Amino acid sequence: MKIAVCVKRVPDTETRVKIGADGKSIDESGVKFVLNPFDEYAVEAALKLKEQSSGEVVVVSIGSDASQETIRTALAMGADRGVLLKTERRPLDPLVTAQVLAGELRQGGYDIILFGKQAIDDHSHAVGPMVAELMGLPSVSAITTLEVSDMKGTAEREVEGAVEVVEFSLPVVLTAEKGLNEPRYPALRGIMLAKKKPLDVKEVELDPGGLEVLELVLPASRKEGRIVGEGAEAVPALVEALKNEAKVL
Amino acid sequence: MGDVIAVLEQRNGTLKQVCHETLTAARALADELSGQVLALVVGPPGVSVEGLGEYGADRVLVCEDSALQLYQGTRYAQIAADLAGKHGPEAVVLVATAFGKDLGPRIAAKLGCPLASDVTSIAGGEGIVVTRPAFSGKATYKLKIVAQRCVISIRPNAVTPAAVSRAGVVEQVAPGESDVPGATTVAVKEPERVALDVAEAAIVVAGGRGLKEPENFRLIEELAAVLDGAVGASRAVVDAGWRPHSEQVGQTGKTVSPNLYVAIGLSGAIQHLAGMRTSKVIVAINRDKDAPIFKVADYGLVGDLFEIVPRLTEEIKKVRGT
Repeated sequence: MKIAVCVKRVPDTETRVKIGADGKSIDESGVKFVLNPFDEYAVEAALKLKEQSSGEVVVVSIGSDASQETIRTALAMGADRGVLLKTERRPLDPLVTAQVLAGELRQGGYDIILFGKQAIDDHSHAVGPMVAELMGLPSVSAITTLEVSDMKGTAEREVEGAVEVVEFSLPVVLTAEKGLNEPRYPALRGIMLAKKKPLDVKEVELDPGGLEVLELVLPASRKEGRIVGEGAEAVPALVEALKNEAKVL
Repeated sequence: MGDVIAVLEQRNGTLKQVCHETLTAARALADELSGQVLALVVGPPGVSVEGLGEYGADRVLVCEDSALQLYQGTRYAQIAADLAGKHGPEAVVLVATAFGKDLGPRIAAKLGCPLASDVTSIAGGEGIVVTRPAFSGKATYKLKIVAQRCVISIRPNAVTPAAVSRAGVVEQVAPGESDVPGATTVAVKEPERVALDVAEAAIVVAGGRGLKEPENFRLIEELAAVLDGAVGASRAVVDAGWRPHSEQVGQTGKTVSPNLYVAIGLSGAIQHLAGMRTSKVIVAINRDKDAPIFKVADYGLVGDLFEIVPRLTEEIKKVRGT
């Protein structure tokens, strides 16, 4: 089975966001970048499928040279090779990303194309289903279970208060939700091996896309709150404030 | 003329309450673009579409087919894209729930237009401008749509439904032919007691490691029950397996904006704060008076949650008369 996993380099969840000098992007100085957490579930799912039926796992990313490190993280987990679609531009319009990825993936003859359900920087949760539509493939997004056999599969996706059960045929595009699996940590051996695995770098041109950033701002700081009191004795004062001051009860 | 198509979400043949938010946003945008609101309902025969005019729909397009009872991404997207092709709207709007997060990108890909997802505001003066949180709420983008057409998904609770009277004329549209889809939703499993979803709830009561044992989340559930709210959880307790991921609030969970967010026994890690800081009123209950959660809280109570929370549940019962 031939499997692609599309991954993104994103700021770590502990990042304190500072706005860059242009007022339209973040100040990346001192920011630690990681493999997008949701993509880890996608990589793990791909590795499990490969273990089940053999085949190849290819990691694909769009970004600057720095994204090579992100691809290597997935290779260290066990993926076989990587493809970096290299650009210095950071596409914000998910359709631009999806078009470039679809262009690459079309040539690959993949049975399964996996994504994280969203990237934790732009969190558009869009590129997976867009790639599926552009390629004319079936897709299931935000899956929490996955079973594949005989070029068919079943996945579950969480919707508000319920779970949808979706049956599909391969080739298919799937996006991974937290809970799908427990991503493995790259072992030292895996990290050493990853350094020697093939990683193709291809220059790509991006369309400008249909979203123009006017500004990126920090959220308005919340107005100063107050400590209502200490211990259970202060509960009536809190309830009073919620009822008559905040009017939320 | 800038018409707006509002794609409404139904479950089990009933429109979801959040449709009023979708319509209200569509109405406001269509007014700024001097256009009409076309509400689109895709589902099984017999979905009640009464009263959609009261929230601003000029026309209500109903596409019924028993095969469309459950959400079928490819077919729903084709129906919406075909209608968009026919009516030429300036925007297609829908709610950023699991439904809209899957359907919005599909429609945008079919139309070849940009998608602004999970937006918290839309304005239509000189071109369409939206705001949307980035980095899970640690920052906010203000984006201008530079395209003839766009798809916009709107975060639940970001828009207050407003009644305005429009005709809401109901018309049937044919579901059209479709190829055999490669993916089919075959069932929806609903738990016996459907829990309110944390992203949709007007009140959220969230717990963290301060609860000490998973069983103690009973305190959170009881308080949420008297408030008619949803239960939320910190990443720490989800990763520990105490609570399902569907309840997680924060950067790798859900981003929420309820009217009231009660944070109990959770310190307020930066990735958690990112997920709930746009809540309208925040209450924090924590033993540690220096916990970061108090920096974003409107009201704080310092002390032992095992004494405070049962008392709070009792007091709220009295106030609410339940």
